Amino acid sequence: MNAVATEGTKTTYREAMREALREALRSDDRVFLMGEDVGRYGGCFGVSLGLLEEFGPDRVRDTPLSESAFVGAGIGAALAGMRPVVEIMTVNFSLLALDQLLNNAATLLHMSGGQLPVPLVIRMTTGAGRQLAAQHSHSLEGFYAHIPGIRVLAPATLEDARHMLAPALADPDPVVVFEHGSLYNASGELLPPTAPVDLDHAAIRRPGTDISLITYGGSLPKARAAADELAAEGIDAEVIDLRTLRPLDGATVTASVARTHRAVIVDEAWRTGSLAAEVSARIAEESFYDLDAPVERVCSAEVPIPYARQLEEAALPQTADIVAAAHRAVD
Amino acid sequence: MSAARPTTRTGKDSAPPKPGRKTATAERKADTGPPPVGRPDVRRRTDLLTAMLRIRRFEERCVELYSAAKIRGFVHLYIGEEAVAVGVNEALTPEDAVVSTYREHGHALARGLTAEAVMAEMYGKATGCSGGRGGSMHLFDASRRFYGGSAIVAGGLPLAAGLALADRMRGMPRVTCCFFGDGAFAEGEFHETANLAALWNLPLLLVCENNLYAMGTALTREHAQTDLAMRAASYGMPAWAVDGMDVDAVEQSARRAVEGIRAGTGPHFLELRTYRFRAHSMYDPDRYRKKAEIEEWKSRDPIDRLTHLMRDNGELDDSELTRIEQRITDEIDRAVDAAEQAPEEPVEDLLRHVTSTSAEEVSRP
Repeated sequence: MNAVATEGTKTTYREAMREALREALRSDDRVFLMGEDVGRYGGCFGVSLGLLEEFGPDRVRDTPLSESAFVGAGIGAALAGMRPVVEIMTVNFSLLALDQLLNNAATLLHMSGGQLPVPLVIRMTTGAGRQLAAQHSHSLEGFYAHIPGIRVLAPATLEDARHMLAPALADPDPVVVFEHGSLYNASGELLPPTAPVDLDHAAIRRPGTDISLITYGGSLPKARAAADELAAEGIDAEVIDLRTLRPLDGATVTASVARTHRAVIVDEAWRTGSLAAEVSARIAEESFYDLDAPVERVCSAEVPIPYARQLEEAALPQTADIVAAAHRAVD
Repeated sequence: MSAARPTTRTGKDSAPPKPGRKTATAERKADTGPPPVGRPDVRRRTDLLTAMLRIRRFEERCVELYSAAKIRGFVHLYIGEEAVAVGVNEALTPEDAVVSTYREHGHALARGLTAEAVMAEMYGKATGCSGGRGGSMHLFDASRRFYGGSAIVAGGLPLAAGLALADRMRGMPRVTCCFFGDGAFAEGEFHETANLAALWNLPLLLVCENNLYAMGTALTREHAQTDLAMRAASYGMPAWAVDGMDVDAVEQSARRAVEGIRAGTGPHFLELRTYRFRAHSMYDPDRYRKKAEIEEWKSRDPIDRLTHLMRDNGELDDSELTRIEQRITDEIDRAVDAAEQAPEEPVEDLLRHVTSTSAEEVSRP
């Protein structure tokens, strides 16, 4: 079994996520993990490796390849008092369960006049960068952030991977968690939490005064790298990790733009109708008179993500693109 | 080999011959059907008749109120299918769960929701069983474990499997009953759910209300193989085709299925052959059915059928029937009056119940 991730130890995003699941399974009998290959295979991305041996097949439950059925079953089990954590391999596959997510999970509380809360956590991978081509590489977080009635999280750091699950499970409503595939191998020292993870607010990952780089999930490392390059040029960039995509914390964005007067939004989704579009619109609504330059967006090219390495790289936001966008805003 | 005909308690096939119907190649569990488990007594039959009449009269009043523009939206009437809701509900306890469709007034009333709560919901009032947010298609009552009210065909099936899964994981001796139509049988969600439920041995009663039409599409135009019970049996679960116009047959088959489920033998499937006398919804001009077909099915009206049976047996006379009808009329009158008088949910509360802590979005820029 892989190393147990505890505070102050070197760990990976994958291990941090696994430790969060282990803690959830240990601390609450109502919690169970369900999804394709979560048990014997150890999870498609290795996140749940070892949990079957520790908790047994009832609580680490392999499902058929039936996204709609097992997501819907998670909703029903949540209605009946359980606390399911449902894993969907990728956001592309989640579309087979979108009916259950949108028409049931997100809707039942309201449609029933408040009678039927759905305390469910749904985890899935998202994003490109591993040459998996169009049906395994998309970033549809914005689809889900569009839907009232669910909370959408995008843990981008080891700490969020380790500590977001507990408050997500404590939330009485459905929570969708996006784990960017390129983050699983990210490693570092897991810092002890100074406070419970706050699922309502964005985080300032790097304070700065000259420009706001606003991003989430798998693009955070790229935005940080861009901020480092800009710093070497004497441009002090603030990096904001939205981390909760719904409800979106517009106040943190507004306050940052009020300090820096410039904004670049980095979003691996397609530009049209993206979360970047929503953030951009909010800045236009709330911060128009604070801006010294037009808002810049760095998004994926409007193309199904291709397989060939050079094409995939060209389709995705890269650090150089973020630096270039920052220059356009600052110059 | 000729198409096998389902054997029900009364030995009658509720479905008319269908042109082009394919021949069953597997031995059908329908042929061995659930045996009778004792006839209900007079009191019981009176209760069944009353329950069916209550649904019928409630919906007839809904037609009037819809025409008077008192209630709006899509309204899908259950008239003709009352034996299904009433018969199946007789086999369930208050601890069991029921998942329903958009044609669920009958299920809701049979489950014990008050006419007042349902009518207020039809009016969109604050006192409605869904606080005015659901309407005709989304009736809910958590206290009665009545989980709606789903307007997505087959959308309730996975959810029902989850309710059953939770009971199974916690060792609770409860059954989840999921109603759906023949249209849902064509959806992947039915097959995903049947597979999951059989694979995991879930305490799930799958009740297919085969009324021969998925909206306006006839069974023979939507299914390559129209023998639904046989297809369900292929998942390895007991499956019976039953005359859905005979409340006794429905009740007996449901009881037998529920007994099996409680004994731990996993999901059971009932195909209840029934018919809606009215169109798909109040908007539907019903151009796809022949009048003769409708009249033929009306001759098997489950309410008339039970009434005649009880009269023939000397179990019901005119004065008793009048008393029953009067009680129902009074109840519905009171429900309509209450709905008329009930307060509307204030517009200020529009964003309530979006999330459990609601209205958080409006306070944010």
